[in-house]
Amino acid sequence: MKREIPLIITGVVGIVFIVQFFIPHEPFSSLSDIFSDWFSIIEACAIWLGALNLIKLSLDKLGKPMLLVTSAIVVVALIVGIVGAPDEFLAGRFPLILFAVAFLLMALGQYSRSKMKPDWFFALTTIASFVIMLIAGLAFSGGRTFQEPGTHYDYLYRSVYTPLSSTMFAMLAFFVASASYRAFRARNREAAMLLVAAFFVMAGRVPLAEFLGTLTPDAFSGAWATTGGFLSGAADWVMNFPNAAGQRAIMIGIALGIVSTSLRIILGIERSHIGGE
Amino acid sequence: MPTPTIISARRPTSHPRVFTAVIATLALIVAFGARNVAAQEPAEVTDTTAIVEAALTPPAPPANILADDAPNDAGGAIIVRWDKSPDEGAGLDNVGAYQLLRGRSPNGPFDTVGTMTAGMTEFNDGDVEDGIDYYYVVEVIALPSPDHPNVEPPVSISRPSQPARSSAQWIHMGRLNSLLAVVILASSILYFISKAKGGEKLFIRKIAGLEAVDEAVGRATEMGRKIFFIPGIQDMNNVQTIAGVTILGRVAKMAATYDAKLDVPVPRSLVMVAARETVKQAYLDAGRPDAYDEDMVHYLTDDQFGYAAGVDGMFVRQKPATIFYMGAFFAESLILAETGNSIGAIQIAGTAMPAQLPFFVAACDYTLIGEELFAASAYLSREPKQLGSLKGQDVGKFFILLFAIGGILLATFGVYNISHWFLVR
Repeated sequence: MKREIPLIITGVVGIVFIVQFFIPHEPFSSLSDIFSDWFSIIEACAIWLGALNLIKLSLDKLGKPMLLVTSAIVVVALIVGIVGAPDEFLAGRFPLILFAVAFLLMALGQYSRSKMKPDWFFALTTIASFVIMLIAGLAFSGGRTFQEPGTHYDYLYRSVYTPLSSTMFAMLAFFVASASYRAFRARNREAAMLLVAAFFVMAGRVPLAEFLGTLTPDAFSGAWATTGGFLSGAADWVMNFPNAAGQRAIMIGIALGIVSTSLRIILGIERSHIGGE
Repeated sequence: MPTPTIISARRPTSHPRVFTAVIATLALIVAFGARNVAAQEPAEVTDTTAIVEAALTPPAPPANILADDAPNDAGGAIIVRWDKSPDEGAGLDNVGAYQLLRGRSPNGPFDTVGTMTAGMTEFNDGDVEDGIDYYYVVEVIALPSPDHPNVEPPVSISRPSQPARSSAQWIHMGRLNSLLAVVILASSILYFISKAKGGEKLFIRKIAGLEAVDEAVGRATEMGRKIFFIPGIQDMNNVQTIAGVTILGRVAKMAATYDAKLDVPVPRSLVMVAARETVKQAYLDAGRPDAYDEDMVHYLTDDQFGYAAGVDGMFVRQKPATIFYMGAFFAESLILAETGNSIGAIQIAGTAMPAQLPFFVAACDYTLIGEELFAASAYLSREPKQLGSLKGQDVGKFFILLFAIGGILLATFGVYNISHWFLVR
């Protein structure tokens, strides 16, 4: 029954979602909303599985002495947080107490297996960040209103998390440059075509094309103005026609692939994702 | 005799006749002017009244109030349409807003349902009960007069509509075309599955990225380094993640067979749970349950760039030999792929996100494009039932190709009015 029950649930829910797309009458329309809500609730509850797993693996990498020291510091910090937390049941002391108990149990459970690994520092940083944000959010940021501007949680979020996230996103520019440098080499005919198309698109999109187009029309710069307009036009043509056609073709294939995969999953032909063959 | 001195001389006076004429003339002038002024005063009073009257004149009410049950829904909604007021954009041109009122009797009482700006001629009333007749009237509210801000904008009311009753529909008529498409596609898939189960050999073209999976896993085994599997950044409700986890099962079985180390950092807790089951079963099927460690599949973070940073750190520290990217990715795709490229790992990627495909093509050794990701599980398992579904999918592609060619020919000859057959409402 361990495999059959998930297959039955998958089949029933899948068929309901297909049917409700074509039959708007009750109960089909509300069933799909109910199932979607259930998934959101399960997804939210499951976050603790992942978070505790992360803490457990991090403790595993610290080694015994450091695990003891870390556990002691974390427990003291959590006690301070519990004492300072507001009285709200689900947004203050209770979650901190729950986490403190879970953390102690995990630390005890991992103590015998813990061996210091080369990336122990990152594990320690993970635990420290987790505990600091937990205490700042639940204990010293007004309980349920911890996301309001001006709270300690909000300060840490805006001062630490947001710049780090922006930094990672900004690195994309350099990664794009390095990937482009490797990709746009005329090794063969197709690569040469890619290079030519990329040249026109890049030249037409950067301010160079606009600059060339704004040069005053005279005997000398008239040619430049025409070139600027040609580059922009070529870039637009490449993006609007061959690129759009290719993307649409890929998306048609994707849509058919999704239908086929979904049908296999709903009918129970595909079972690997639940541990079947 | 001396000249007599005038002692009491009197000042000489105007001639009485001249004086009288002057006075009379002046009187006439004053009288004439007064009459003119008197004649103007009534004219000024008339203009002000006209302005006030114009400010107090309501726009003409709209006509043709039509209320119908909203089509293709689960009930509880009525669509009300009306012709715009004749004084909107013409005539008095003083329409400010429309207000829709609803009642259960043509004589009222009516409750306000919604207010719309001028120009709107339709409203979807989604707050009705099925099976009850409702009557609608439309109020037209005039624009407030800037010269008479204290004057309440006048309102006119239309006649009530015919009664309308909402109901639920069993069939969504706007989606019959997609129902037909689903039936045809599903039928062809099931047909080819049954043919494959009957033993018929089905031709599937080679997919370079999937042919290289064996080689990639073998490389990791020889080098004694890890295989990293990244199942995308979405949750288990995304079909790409399911496809990725399915491929993970195949890769895990190969890794178990070759005794290669597998590491699967995931960004969602549910994906972690599903992937653990998949990998565990794969190791069992390979006859290596002792080699399975549940910490192979571990959670990192839900955050997109936190996940990318964490995985990049693992790549740089642990230097895996092989990296698989199978699932849904967004901006972090290039960050991951470029880092993997920089450490010299062989990378096989597959995603159905068209915007990320170019990044994977540029940075990875092999890329599964779109539908190849969904075909991967069938391709790697070579199970007849799954291969049959690939053939059925190709039938759908054939029909789409036919329609595309037909549409191009029709558009070339100026026939455009059949494209609405393919719209899904």
